[in-house]
Amino acid sequence: MARTIVVTSGKGGVGKTTTSAAIAMGLARKGHRTVVIDFDVGLRNLDLVMGCERRVVYDLVNVIQGEANIRQALIRDKRCEELYVLPASQTRDKEALSKEGIGAILEQLSGDFEYIVCDSPAGIEKGATLAMYYADDAFVVTNPEVSSVRDSDRMLGILASKSRRAENNEEPIKEYLLLNRYSPKRVKVGEMLSVEDVQEILSMHLLGVIPESRSVLSSSNAGVPIILDEDSNAGQAYADVVARYLGEEVPHRFINDKKGLLGRLFGG
Amino acid sequence: MSASQKENLAESPLIELKSSSFTLPILMLFGNDLAVIGEQLSRTVERAPDFFRNTPIVMDLSPLAAESQQVDFAGVVSLCRDLGMVPIGVRGGNTEHNRAAEALAMAILADRSAKRETAPPPKPAAPAEAAAKRDHAPPSAGNATRLITQPIRSGQRVHAEGGDLIVTAHVSAGAEIIADGHIHVYGTLRGRALAGAKGDTASRIFCNDLQAELIAIAGQYQVSENMDDSIRGLPVQVYLENLSLMIHPL
Ligand SMILES: Nc1ncnc2c1ncn2[C@@H]1O[C@H](COP(=O)(O)OP(=O)(O)O)[C@@H](O)[C@H]1O
Ligand SMILES: [Mg+2]
Repeated sequence: MARTIVVTSGKGGVGKTTTSAAIAMGLARKGHRTVVIDFDVGLRNLDLVMGCERRVVYDLVNVIQGEANIRQALIRDKRCEELYVLPASQTRDKEALSKEGIGAILEQLSGDFEYIVCDSPAGIEKGATLAMYYADDAFVVTNPEVSSVRDSDRMLGILASKSRRAENNEEPIKEYLLLNRYSPKRVKVGEMLSVEDVQEILSMHLLGVIPESRSVLSSSNAGVPIILDEDSNAGQAYADVVARYLGEEVPHRFINDKKGLLGRLFGG
Repeated sequence: MSASQKENLAESPLIELKSSSFTLPILMLFGNDLAVIGEQLSRTVERAPDFFRNTPIVMDLSPLAAESQQVDFAGVVSLCRDLGMVPIGVRGGNTEHNRAAEALAMAILADRSAKRETAPPPKPAAPAEAAAKRDHAPPSAGNATRLITQPIRSGQRVHAEGGDLIVTAHVSAGAEIIADGHIHVYGTLRGRALAGAKGDTASRIFCNDLQAELIAIAGQYQVSENMDDSIRGLPVQVYLENLSLMIHPL
């Protein structure tokens, strides 16, 4: 039985796709057979960040509508053989997604995979609520700013009430906070909320803090999940996140601004 | 249905008359200028629309009766209806008022404050009325209390109908908690809290850390902007005194 993780946030542009690609790659590199699904129908970009955009033949909507089977649509990653991508459609609209259709796909994948990572679209409408409906775990990606925290809070409310687990009165979805684009320097001068501020408002388990890093943009432009850039702070932070999620005890890093001289010269 | 079945049905009772008491919000009318009433009423409703939606309301006409003022009664009723309230009756009116109310199929309610017609301003009488209500109110039924142990998130709305609400976690900004009785929040209250939602002026709000967007008791509300900085972030209780909201540190 696979464990289904939804990467969600409410607000757009906070790093859901970056996170989905990174943790899917991280889990697969640790030997867990993983598939990452793009739910952002109409705005697909997970395939770009995963660097497989030129190998897309069929997509999620094709499978839901029976135009292709799941095996035809899955794209195997070239760098890690435990990792597969199920891309979104760029040409259909999100009305093509249905609860039953998604349920059937997840059911099929569940036999073959250990982890199913769902990259949620922004917003609180159909695409986003479907991405979370079947989740076991939710990674709530939040930027250290008030509007993003507020939207995450809203998302947590929906997670608690509109999931399959909630409807069946099962154990609720496990919620993990991922604070992305953190900059201790900007926290210090009061331009950003601190880790403590965010935790105080959301009161949920902190899975990791991902620092603001220029490497993120360059690596997604190159189609390389940031976790593969082991020299970058953000890549290391995602590796920590994956390890923590799998139960390892890893101290939090990148919360305080204490880079050494070398780090200051070459870091980022 | 056969004839005999019909007969059986006629035997077994389909109705029963019972009596029960309700606490209703009272709309006191101090003047008869319809335009001003409309403006003030809609401003009040705007600030707490959920409180007024489909809420039965009784109009107290005693201040008008005391000064023998007439009022465009149909006008006031339709103002209330337009704003989502359900006007059900009047009290304290004079004969003419009552006749107008009857014409609109409104109930004429027994006037417990009839004696006040001769007493000058009606406002100071309110606490006595609240106290009377408290004495007559049935003891709060334990099973009507609602307990919530999870954070109440932005966009969520919880209404404890017919009783108290206890929240042991925080209430986020953008969330709304409502109780017909008291509200207790043992975490930080950042959202909106409305106690005494059916008009019980004896209801109170207790919270561990007041950062609310709005607090209201029996329709008397205060928004964050008007809250005193000295009580922000403190454990407080909120209650009504002379129909005005009092916020006191615990
Ligand atoms: N830790 C980070 N540091 C710097 N830029 C980031 C970071 N995380 C995400 N970004 C950038 O933010 C933008 C939005 O990220 P994306 O993952 O597409 O967000 P979402 O899927 O939530 O819309 C991208 O340009 C991405 O490169
Ligand atoms: Mg995205």
